[in-house]
Parts: sequence; structure tokens; C-alpha cells
Amino acid sequence: MTTTEMPGTLRRILDYSSRADPYPLYAELRETPVARQEDGSYVVSTYRELTQLLHDPHLSSDVRNLARPMPSAEGGGTPAFINVDPPEHDRLRRMAMRHFGPPHTPGMVAGMQGDLTAIVSGLIDDFAGKEQIDIVDDFAYPFPVTVICHLLGVPREDEPRFRLWVNDIINSIDYDPKIDPKEKLENGVRARQDLREYIGGLLEQRHGRPGDDLLSRLANDDGPDGRMTDAEIVATANLLLIAGHETTVNLITNGMLTLLRHPEVLQRLRDEPGLVVPLVEELLRYEPPVHIIPWRAAYSDIAVGDTVIPKGSQIMLMLASGSRDPNRFHDPDRFDPDRRDNQHLGFGSGIHLCFGGPLARLETQIALTELVRRLDRPSLVTDPPPYRRSPVLRGPIHLNVEQGAG
Amino acid sequence: MTSADNLRAFKRDGRIVVVGASLAGLRAAEALRDEGFTGSLTMIGDELGEPYDRPPLSKQVLTGWVSAGDTTLPRRRDINAEWLLGVPASGLDLATNHVRLADGREIPFDRVLISTGVRARPWFVESEAALDGVFVVRTREHAEGLQRALAAGPSRVLVIGAGFTGSEIASICRERDIPVTVAELAPAPLVGALGAMIGDVAADMQRAHGVDLRCGVKVTRLEGDAQGRFRRAHFDDGSTIDADVAVVALGGIRNTEWLRDSGLAAGVWGIACDTGCRALDLNGLITDDIFVAGDVARCPNPIYEYRLISLEHWANAVEQAQVAAHNMVSGQADRWPHLSIPVFWSIQFGVNIKSVGVPTFADEVVVSQGSVSDRRFVAAYGYRGRVTAAVSFNNAKWLDHYRKLIETAAPFPPPCPTPDQPVDMKPVPVDFPGPTLLAQGATVVVTGHDPGERRVTAAQYHR
Amino acid sequence: MRIVVDLSRCEGYAQCAFLAPDAFRMHGEEALMYDPNPDDAQREQVLRAAAACPVQAILVDQLEGRDVPAEASAS
Repeated sequence: MTTTEMPGTLRRILDYSSRADPYPLYAELRETPVARQEDGSYVVSTYRELTQLLHDPHLSSDVRNLARPMPSAEGGGTPAFINVDPPEHDRLRRMAMRHFGPPHTPGMVAGMQGDLTAIVSGLIDDFAGKEQIDIVDDFAYPFPVTVICHLLGVPREDEPRFRLWVNDIINSIDYDPKIDPKEKLENGVRARQDLREYIGGLLEQRHGRPGDDLLSRLANDDGPDGRMTDAEIVATANLLLIAGHETTVNLITNGMLTLLRHPEVLQRLRDEPGLVVPLVEELLRYEPPVHIIPWRAAYSDIAVGDTVIPKGSQIMLMLASGSRDPNRFHDPDRFDPDRRDNQHLGFGSGIHLCFGGPLARLETQIALTELVRRLDRPSLVTDPPPYRRSPVLRGPIHLNVEQGAG
Repeated sequence: MTSADNLRAFKRDGRIVVVGASLAGLRAAEALRDEGFTGSLTMIGDELGEPYDRPPLSKQVLTGWVSAGDTTLPRRRDINAEWLLGVPASGLDLATNHVRLADGREIPFDRVLISTGVRARPWFVESEAALDGVFVVRTREHAEGLQRALAAGPSRVLVIGAGFTGSEIASICRERDIPVTVAELAPAPLVGALGAMIGDVAADMQRAHGVDLRCGVKVTRLEGDAQGRFRRAHFDDGSTIDADVAVVALGGIRNTEWLRDSGLAAGVWGIACDTGCRALDLNGLITDDIFVAGDVARCPNPIYEYRLISLEHWANAVEQAQVAAHNMVSGQADRWPHLSIPVFWSIQFGVNIKSVGVPTFADEVVVSQGSVSDRRFVAAYGYRGRVTAAVSFNNAKWLDHYRKLIETAAPFPPPCPTPDQPVDMKPVPVDFPGPTLLAQGATVVVTGHDPGERRVTAAQYHR
Repeated sequence: MRIVVDLSRCEGYAQCAFLAPDAFRMHGEEALMYDPNPDDAQREQVLRAAAACPVQAILVDQLEGRDVPAEASAS
């Protein structure tokens, strides 16, 4: 299946014009589950092949294992665990997990429910008197930013500073030297440096001062694996800061958009709040916040489907396409919160499964429950809404909603 | 039951009896209803109470966290069955299609599923087994009793047998800060299931956690005091050890004695069946209405040269139950083969041990990923140059890759390096204990000369 | 409420232990131990945990104690 029958499909997916609805193009892509591109890279788009690769120990997340290293926005900094292979990956992730989840800190996320609900309530209180609400700017963005700032120990009032850096970083993730202006990459590199310096400054103040936030804990706590270096802490904190809100804002916004497009489901959620739990899982399948893992590297030759991907190849994983694969999910283009056996790829799979998934779930469950409970007959102002540039972290840039409409 | 009409009539108002009301029996009953079987369904079980889950009995029940009575299995659906509990089946009459119960009742059936499982192998001297403080762990009552004994703070626990159950119990003793001695006839723990290399890792792990591990020794006698309380164990090297609790963890005995005169291919090794879970008769011919699932089934696996394999694995019971149930209510053309690759797990000393495939079907083993000294690794097993199994220690997320290697008969040792390169990638002999440890007596004799008169009869066997 | 986890499917993602820490506990980095009969007060958390399992290995009772074997049938 190493043909290039549809050389244009990926290009069209990445093109901004398809951002509102990439799904028909994913279906086209799935006709060739493992597709070799003209530049020698591979695109994988079907569920079984994706899950197989995500569990294949020969798939590397280390950019050094690419035969033709891409221009990287990392800019030579210490990579976070998302871009590292075992055993280093496991060590760094384990050290970060010590302060966030089980086995060392098991009750933390579940214990945040009250605080999360309070933040959400406050934001919705502020809707009062507004004719139109932008679900993104008024709610889905400030909510997770507040949460991740608190968790990491980043001052909330610094948000306007790091927002610009984060935007440039996100924009550079899918940098393609063949079509994108060089500034796109350069801005990303500079933004990463700025963010590193900023977090590094915060970290400096934490040394020797034990505290509850993650930066303080990482700076002062010695676990069985020892202590992270400052560069490792900064890389980890950068990752968590970006991933901790850039994905959740999309999940919440995509969720509200999907509910407004399915009024019968919205009404059901109002009547049976417990529905939100499977509903968020279905959302992660149907309109996930992360659509693509832009690159992984073949550490050795990898056999997948009918193809052998040669060592050193770049591999793009189309997670959102896999979650719509009709060979895995019955009637995949239907939004069905009652769906059983929903093993979606919304958070990936294997050792790199989303670190903050449990928090993102809880945030989104609370956000959607409260929005649906408190908004009065909400309706979309424009459908489709305007989208952010990124095909990787895909979601609306604004989602304007009116209340009280007939 | 050859025609479609007959099959429809059977699905509508046939009679199915399930002998053995544990995990496999329950899941099969649920699957039968899922498949649209609306006839009468009878569940026969020797234990009282609803079907319950056994793996927690040697883990979270013994830590004292969970009560043994709280392990009742959740239901996937209503099965609308008649339950005959607390009485074991004592015979199967294939001429008249009846199951006989120990209390004399006879239960008629059109089709029967046998899922009678295994029971714990008791200590070989009955009077010593009866001492206060001597335990086996298979049922809820066993686990409840042992939990109470552990909670009482024994001076020492002796675990006899370092297979998975014995090792898990030793792990829990250490977690509860109870001194524990493990006695194992083989050279290392887990060696019978996973071979010498993993056995050495398991031995190191036990000792690092403070287990007094004694391998290559045999417990010869359990000694009690005047009150009939277990006090001391004697070993074949002449040494003794004082302890208040002895746990006999010497594996299981398949519950097939009740089938001795049934004409089925049943014996100490289980009940032979085809991949469709249909039982074989003594002559090795397939039967039509008798199905087998779970620990008691001995089923051929094409991946392993069609050898008959019995597995005391949770997932195997569930999957076989599903296949057996489907085939019980399906015509020949629609039947499924049970072809899944075995998966097994054990939790001990803070490590998740998982296996995929059949590690005993191997001649060599190699650490393929990770670090043995960190106890985070995968070892691949090979037989004549192909991958046949893999075992992971705290590395379970990779096992699915190895399942794929097994299914595709991928070359052994796996040729391609991974980023998490082990220190030593040289395959070593798998080294299982010799056949003398595993040999069992003859179970059948063949009589007759002409092809038309050759027949198998069951030999007299003793457990 | 009754639950069972198919630990042969479990890959140790620990999502359940995040969301229902009283019912699901990690034993070391990867091994899961759980309460097969958690208190009804934990119901909401347990349902969250079951839904979040990446390999859908957690089965929650669908019957809530109906269809229990009649004690009378035991002799």
C-alpha cells in the first residue's frame, strides 16, 4: 500500500480551507492506510494501523532518529518527555507524574472537582448581561488557563505575555518548509526561547522553597529517580503549560459546538447530567482536540499493514482519522454519546498517552454540564465558526452563541 | 440438530445446562442470551452464592483491603436461569443426555457446557492438611480464612510453592510486614511457567523484598502441636522452620473426576476439545452437544502446532465462554474457532508481570527491551527461530506488539533494535524444569486391532 | 456496586486511579488493584473511571443486583 495515488489529500487537509470539515478528506486518506508521500514520509490514517504503531517499540519520538531531520522549532533546547524515547521518556514522565497522579499523588485530580466547578461558575456568572457570548474567549480559554497556571505555579496575570509565545509555538508545530514562510518557524523558535527563559525565571525563585505547585515540587522534591535538572523541569513545565490549556480549550469549544449542532443531545444532557461522562468520550472520538501527531520516526524498519516503513522515515499519525474509521467504529460519522466500546484515539495510545487526560476530562465534563445547565436556549451565531490555523490542534478561534433565541 | 429448522427450535425452547457456575459459566450464559437463546438455562455449581471473581482472592483480599464476600462478579445482562447451587455434578450420561447431581437429581439437557474449572491441590497428607493454620487459596472461604490468619500477626508464614499464587501471597505478606519463607522444589520461583531466566529475576525480587526464599527444597512434613495447630515444617534436607501459617500453593486439580464414566476425553489434564469448544470423546472423536470452556478445557492451538493446551487464565475463560456459547446456538457453517493468543498477568512486589503467548512453548528467551535490573523490561520467547511468547515486567504497553509478532510467526530473536536497548541482547536457553517434574501417569489404554474395532478406554487413575 | 477489571487488557494507564482513587489504586507504576464492590457513594467516580479506561477493561454491573440465584434452589 505504498502508493501515492492521492498525493494531494494530505496537502488539502493541511490547507486552512478544509479546517471546518476535514473528515471527508480523512475518509479519502483511509483508502490508503499507510501512504508514502512524495518526500518519502508516511501518513497513517486507519485505526488498526495507528494503534499498532503506537504500541510498536520501533516508533521513535526522538527527532534525532529521522534520516532527514526536520527544521525543528525546538531550537536545540532540552526536549520534554513527549519528544523522548524510553528509558529517558519513562523516567521523565514518571518524575513529573509523581506530583500529578498515581501512584504517588493519586487523589489530586479527583480532589480538584470543587475548585474547577467554582471557576466555571464564576466565568458563567460573568456572562450576565451579555447579548453574545464567545465560548472561546469568555470561557473555554480562561478556564483551563486558570487551572494550569494554578497547578504549575505560573502567575495568572502573566497570561497576556505567554499567550503570544504559545500562539507562535502552536503555529510552528506543523511548519512545512515547502509552503510556509520561514518566519513561521523562526517565530516558533524565538517563542520557545522566550517561554523557556520565563519559566526558568519562575523556577529560579522556587529552589529551596517548598510549595504545593508543580514547579516548586519538581524543584525541591527528590524521588526514587532523583531530581530533574533545571533544563528538564523547564521543558516539562513548558509542555504542561501549553498542552494543559491549548488542547482543553478545543475540547470544550468543540463540545459546545457539537451540542449546539445536536440539540436533542443537548436537551438530554440537561435532563440527565450523568450523560456527560460518555458524551465527553464520544467527543474525544468525534471532534478531538488533537487531530494529528505531526511526526514520529522509524527507529528500525517497521512493518505495518502491507507496508515496510524504512528506518529513519518520518511518520505522520492521523489520530482523528483513526477515530472515524468505519472498520473500527460503527457509523463513525454519527455523534452518539451512548456508543459502547469507545476506544477512541482522542488522547493517543501507548506510552505517550496524554499526560493530562484525566484533568482534561474532568474540566470538560464540568464545563459542558454547567454551560448546558445555565445557558438559556443557546444557539450558534455562525456555523461553521471561524477556525484557528492549526490542523494539528484543531478548534474554533471564536464560537459566538446567543441566548434566549426561539 | 442438522437443519436450520431444528436449530431455530432449539434456540427458541431448547434446554441448555451449564455445569460450573464461575467466570466461564456465567459469561457463557450471558453470551447465550445475547445470541438469542430463549430456551431453559440451568446453572449448576458446587459452591453456594453467585459467581465471583477469583484473582482478587490472592491479592486485594489478602491485603485486608477488600472482603472476600465482595468479589461477586458484575453481570453483563440478565440471564434468566435456574440456579442449582451448592451441589456438585457427579456424572454425565450421554446416552440419555442427563447431568447427575451428587444428591441424586438428574437434570436433562439438549446441550451442555462443562466449565467446572480447577480446585486447589491440597497438601498430600490429609491429617497435616487439616492442621489449624494450613491453608490453600482457591475459594472465598479459603481467602477469608487466610486473611484472618494474616491479620492476627503470625510470627512467620510458610508458602509452599513459588508459582504465581504462592509468589503473590509472599508479596502480600511482605507488604503486611509479616516474615515469610517460600519453599520451592524448582531452582527458582515462576520457573515452571516462565523459565530459568525470568525465574532468576523473580528470585532476586523476592529476596530484595525480604522473602526467605528456599529453592530446590521439598517440604516433607507439617508438624502440629497438641492443640492441632501448625507449628513447624520439615524439609528434605533435614532442616526445619517454625511458622504459624502454611499456605499450600501447589497449583490446581482439574475437576473432571465426575466425568470418569462419561465417555469423554477427560482426565487429569482436562477435557479435550476442538477449537470450537466441542468436547472430544474418549476415542478422540468430536461430540455434537457437549461443549467445554475455561480452566478445565484442553484446546488445540494452531499457532502452537495444534497442541492441546489447558490454560488457567482469566481472559481465556472469558473468550472460550464466548466462543462456546456462540457455537452452541449456531449451525456448523457459522461456528467460530477459539484462536486467541493467551494473555496472563500477575501482580507481585509492586511489579505488573504480564505474558502473551505460551512461554513454555519455547527453546530460547531474550531480553528485547528495557532493563532487567530496573525490573522494567520485555523478554521475548522463541521456538525454532520464531517468536512464540513474551513476558513484560512493568512494560505492558508494548505487549500488543509482541502479540502481533506471535500471530505473524515473526523471526526470533526479533532482529530490529528499539530505542530502549537492553544491556545484553543474547538469547539464552529457556531452561524449563525437566519432563520428570511434569510427567503424569497413563490416563488411557487402547484396545482392538481392526480400524473398525480400535477403541480407547480410560485407565484407572488417581490424583 | 459490582465491578470487575479485565486485567489481561489493562495496560496500566492509571486513568481509573486518577478519577476514582478510592476504588482503583496503582500498586507500583503499572499494576492495578481495585475494590470489586465499591460503596455506592463512589458511583459517580467509578462510572467516570470506567468510561475513561483507554482499553475499556472495566465492567460495571448492568443489573444492580437483580437476577440473583434464589437461595431456595440451594440444597
